[in-house]
Amino acid sequence: MNWGVVFPLIIFVIVVFLVGIWSNRKMAGSKSFLSDYFLGSREFGGLVLAMTMVATYGSASSFLGGPGAAYSIGLGWVLLAMSQVATGYFVLLVLGKKFAIVTRRFNAVTLIDFLKERYKSSAVVLLSAVSIIVFLFSAMAAQWVGGAYLIQSITGISYVSALFIFTISVLIYVVIGGFRAVAMTDTIQGVVMFFGTLVLLIAVVIAGGGLNNIFADLMNENPNLVTPYGQDGQLTGLYVSSFWILVGVGVVALPQVAVRAMSYKNAKSMHRALLIGTIVVGFIMLNMHLIGVFARPVLPGIEVADQVIPMVALDVLPPWLAGIILAAPLAAMMSTVDSLLLLVSSSIVKDVYINYVKPDATESLVKKLSLGVTAVIGTVAFLLAISPPELLIFLNLFAFGGLEAAFIWPLVLGLYWKFANKYGAIASMIAGITSYIGIHLYNEQYGELLGVHTVTIPVVLSLITFIVFSLLFKQEAYYFPTKNINKSA
Amino acid sequence: MNQKHEGKLEHRFKIAHREALIGCALAIFNFVWWYGFAYGMGSKAPEEYTFILGFPAWFFFSCILGFLVVVGLVWYIVKFQLKDMPFEDEEDESNEVNSA
Repeated sequence: MNWGVVFPLIIFVIVVFLVGIWSNRKMAGSKSFLSDYFLGSREFGGLVLAMTMVATYGSASSFLGGPGAAYSIGLGWVLLAMSQVATGYFVLLVLGKKFAIVTRRFNAVTLIDFLKERYKSSAVVLLSAVSIIVFLFSAMAAQWVGGAYLIQSITGISYVSALFIFTISVLIYVVIGGFRAVAMTDTIQGVVMFFGTLVLLIAVVIAGGGLNNIFADLMNENPNLVTPYGQDGQLTGLYVSSFWILVGVGVVALPQVAVRAMSYKNAKSMHRALLIGTIVVGFIMLNMHLIGVFARPVLPGIEVADQVIPMVALDVLPPWLAGIILAAPLAAMMSTVDSLLLLVSSSIVKDVYINYVKPDATESLVKKLSLGVTAVIGTVAFLLAISPPELLIFLNLFAFGGLEAAFIWPLVLGLYWKFANKYGAIASMIAGITSYIGIHLYNEQYGELLGVHTVTIPVVLSLITFIVFSLLFKQEAYYFPTKNINKSA
Repeated sequence: MNQKHEGKLEHRFKIAHREALIGCALAIFNFVWWYGFAYGMGSKAPEEYTFILGFPAWFFFSCILGFLVVVGLVWYIVKFQLKDMPFEDEEDESNEVNSA
């Protein structure tokens, strides 16, 4: 074991634990357990909000293979990744203030709470809860696998031990801290990633003998690596553009992102988060993916894409610095897992159990149940990750696009179109999910339909379905309540 | 009281709608800039590329300068276009006095 690398890593994990404990003590004094555990009592300021948003967007991209893909595809993949700059401002501007005001009035703590009040339909709630539980659980379990691989590659211990360490750290920390702990560590991680990727990028450029040398090497190896078209010329402008939907503007509909858009303290923190978030997400994406491309001449012949960043860091940096920088992706995975874990357990406890099984559950029962369910889900994910079943990997592959196809229009049109109604929402969710699954299967067999990413057509289809069905069953226009629904009669 | 409440509500939602449209406009601008430079300058043969600060020109303009321009625009929007407002309805009373 390389203690020079492992030691800083352990220090980082301990810091993360302390933050969780500190957040937990803060929670003891708050009024509503639900709002606090799942939302941090809507009190996040600009920096924390920006960082927790960025960490969440980052999970959508690490999902894309990130730097590993840039390593084999070249600058074309960096171009694609830069579509994520849009998430930095788009989510906060579009959901923005209206979502913040309305969810406060609805006392909404999750995306499903909002949909439930807006459409007043059990079918919408159950469809949403099932999508979240199935898709997010799979996405989360796959992160479990990734986290274990990373620990394994740094420390050299066995996969199952690494998985066990990962699970225990995640569980202790999420169970004691809730959403606030997750947001606080997202902030630490964001800062580490921000400076870490910069340091690593500079180190890689130096190791490669400067930018001119690196680009000359890349051109010599394969000129396509420096074009926008990928190493085999396989990336068309249309295909790359369709990623603006998957990892750019479509991110607005991910439940883990929407929940963060409910959590800001006031308009000022939202404004600050807009600027910080855009800068940080763009900076990290640019650096991280450039590292992937530049690593190619420095360290040729890496076979496993996920190993590009760890191998390069260990190669070009002193061990202690590599340890700190590698703590960042590990931390990013932990926090992704944490926030997904919270969402899945909130869907089970709040959206299904309190809504349909026991509406009059007491605060202390809800509390015990939330912690218990969170722990059980974590354990199940651990057991599944020991030998990842094929279905899990399959579901994870399209979890994010599927959630976007399901939720984007019920959320956005529900917020901004007064004629949006439950018929439109139900039809749109069904159309989005089924067409997404159908096109996913088609694309795996025959290549991309119409040359765009799988998510594109279902998003368009579910929009049309939403509008047609809403107008077909047209009811009177919907107006949001003018005050908190608990206080108005 | 209720009347006043609704007037205030419409007002806040109107601001929110405007800011959402600004978000859409910025995303469209960002996309056009990103696409235009990447495929406008990047589609010639790699041997003919010019380099700026060590990067191929298409990449420099599309991804590096484009990112900086978008950050500048976000700064401008945050500073001069977005309006401060309370999210809580309880705070309405005091804030109404201020804004009246």
